[in-house]
Amino acid sequence: MSARTIIDKLWDAHVVGDIDGVSGILYIDRHFVHEVTSPQAFEGLKKRNRKVLRPEKTIATADHNVPTMNQDQKVRDSLSRLQLDTLGVNCREHGVSLFGLGHENNGIVHVIGPELGITQPGMTIVCGDSHTATHGAFGALAFGIGTSQVEMVLASQCLVQSRPKRMRIRLEGKLQKGVGAKDLILYVISRMSTSGATGYFIEYDGPAIRRLTMEERMTVCNMSIEMGARGGLVAPDQTTFDYLEGRSFSPKGKEWDQALEYWKTLPSDRDAVFDREEVFDISDVEPMVTFGTNPGMAIGINGSIPPLRPSFMKSLDYMGFSPGEQLLGRDIDYVFLGSCTNGRIEDLRQFALLVAGKRKADGVTVWIVPGSKQVEKQAVNEGLDRIFAQAGMEFRQPGCSACLAMNDDKIPPGRYAVSTSNRNFEGRQGPGSRTILAGPLTAAAAAITGKISDPRDFI
Amino acid sequence: MPVERFNTLVSGYVPLPVDNIDTDQIIPARFLKETSREGFGKKLFYDWRYLGNGDPNPDFVLNDPGFSGKILVTGKNFGSGSSREHAAWAIYDYGFRVVVAGSFADIFRGNALNTGLLPVEVGSAFIDTMMKALELSPAPRLKVDLENQRIKLMPDGISEGFEIDAYKKNCLLMGYDDIDYLLSRQKEIEKWEKTNKR
Ligand code: SF4
Repeated sequence: MSARTIIDKLWDAHVVGDIDGVSGILYIDRHFVHEVTSPQAFEGLKKRNRKVLRPEKTIATADHNVPTMNQDQKVRDSLSRLQLDTLGVNCREHGVSLFGLGHENNGIVHVIGPELGITQPGMTIVCGDSHTATHGAFGALAFGIGTSQVEMVLASQCLVQSRPKRMRIRLEGKLQKGVGAKDLILYVISRMSTSGATGYFIEYDGPAIRRLTMEERMTVCNMSIEMGARGGLVAPDQTTFDYLEGRSFSPKGKEWDQALEYWKTLPSDRDAVFDREEVFDISDVEPMVTFGTNPGMAIGINGSIPPLRPSFMKSLDYMGFSPGEQLLGRDIDYVFLGSCTNGRIEDLRQFALLVAGKRKADGVTVWIVPGSKQVEKQAVNEGLDRIFAQAGMEFRQPGCSACLAMNDDKIPPGRYAVSTSNRNFEGRQGPGSRTILAGPLTAAAAAITGKISDPRDFI
Repeated sequence: MPVERFNTLVSGYVPLPVDNIDTDQIIPARFLKETSREGFGKKLFYDWRYLGNGDPNPDFVLNDPGFSGKILVTGKNFGSGSSREHAAWAIYDYGFRVVVAGSFADIFRGNALNTGLLPVEVGSAFIDTMMKALELSPAPRLKVDLENQRIKLMPDGISEGFEIDAYKKNCLLMGYDDIDYLLSRQKEIEKWEKTNKR
């Protein structure tokens, strides 16, 4: 067989049948479900008088609209409560495992899949959520789908898909101290633009990627959608295997050995041809911050806002910034550490390292929201919660929180938030909110200074 | 649900010539708490369409009685961001049946097709011409012909071809959806599962 990319290998291994030479029927190994994009899909099944075909391949969690305080009490917002209850009823009726509010495995869907070992190399993984590419960090073909497609997978364990176009992004060089995976991906998006990868699956490769931990690779893959890609992935290697070994849902014993043998065949063949190749040297990347209302509008922390086309001025007006200005030193009001981009234990550790022994700046509200119950537990075991408390910061309970403000955690109109989440769209964190995307270290520096600051001055 | 059949549509169009309109603008997340598909049209472009006090924003095109029709014309990279199909539902529920844009985000395009909303991608020159034509009186209309994959400015303006996946085109013409199709091939899927155990 001719040389193939990892994307082709994953695709070929899951095509049940061809439709017209372009589209095919793709089999789905794992389907993650959450409360917001599933009710209409279950309703559709009911109308067709169907059951979930493979409930054992379907895993549900509650994350988008859960409160991040007092999770043991009744959810106050009645609409959110109805969605959460509906998810419970649907899962029970169809025999789907649900890690609901308060469950020890509960958390953001893209945080729990990997940490429990449900996400594995070689799989096709979907979820009614655009950041499903996060799971690609394991060498899986993972992508977000709409609610009609959620219904398709529930009903048939398959999707109609067209064969993906393949792009490889090679990252050369070595990240500087104080610069992390989030800065890396914000840099790549700023170079590619928010639609630069539309229609492609991306394989991230190169020495800079190989050096990243699994959690950092997840941060990178998570934001693939922000350049329009269908998904992004990293071929599995020893880092992947070490991460997965011994996790609750990882294969055990002989099955582990067999799985490992298969996973090692996945990386792209040496001569494999991609439809497009991009190479970036990331040695000079600085901590990155966004200045506009899409994730591609990002600059290095010491840079200034570039001159923009008139169509982008609306975006700057919304943010209250002007071309030529520096962001460094500007006052901010909120800091949010969390989300499926940066709500894992390594993110919390980095943040804690910088704020340990210091106080948050006056007038700044700091929310630290773990991505899952497991992350929360681990943070408490390591004493990070005490560091946060001593710094005057709020350590909350797991959920999507201020990433999309469907819950109580909203940034008020006109206020600035340095946020480790993935989207700075108008109103994303609450109507009128102004979001500056950054990595955990930059967020930590902002929390203690009350200003946009270079984290390298504090480490 | 089976989608509404679509063949040819002649209609006025509503201009929203902005690039990169994301799904958070089409329908803000706080309105996603419904458990049914209906009624999202009232929330379409909510934060642009209404002022802080809930009054209609007179500067927003949906509140301008000068424009109407079942076709929305917009810029590049329409529908980027979240996978929420609610964005397509809101546009459809409002009454649009076609969105003409410079380009579409992938997930949105798929969601639109599954909702019965036709995404039509055209070149920027065509969009510019459509925008200019709105200054004429009477304002022109658009004819969208799915069968022949052509869009034409009526009565006698320019026309352009557009791409659509053959399978999806057929679904729309016939009013089928993917689920009907997948269920019709269920035997094959189950057979495949047996030989591809994992
Ligand atoms: S954390 Fe944000 S981006 Fe991630 S799943 Fe939740 S809402 Fe979506």
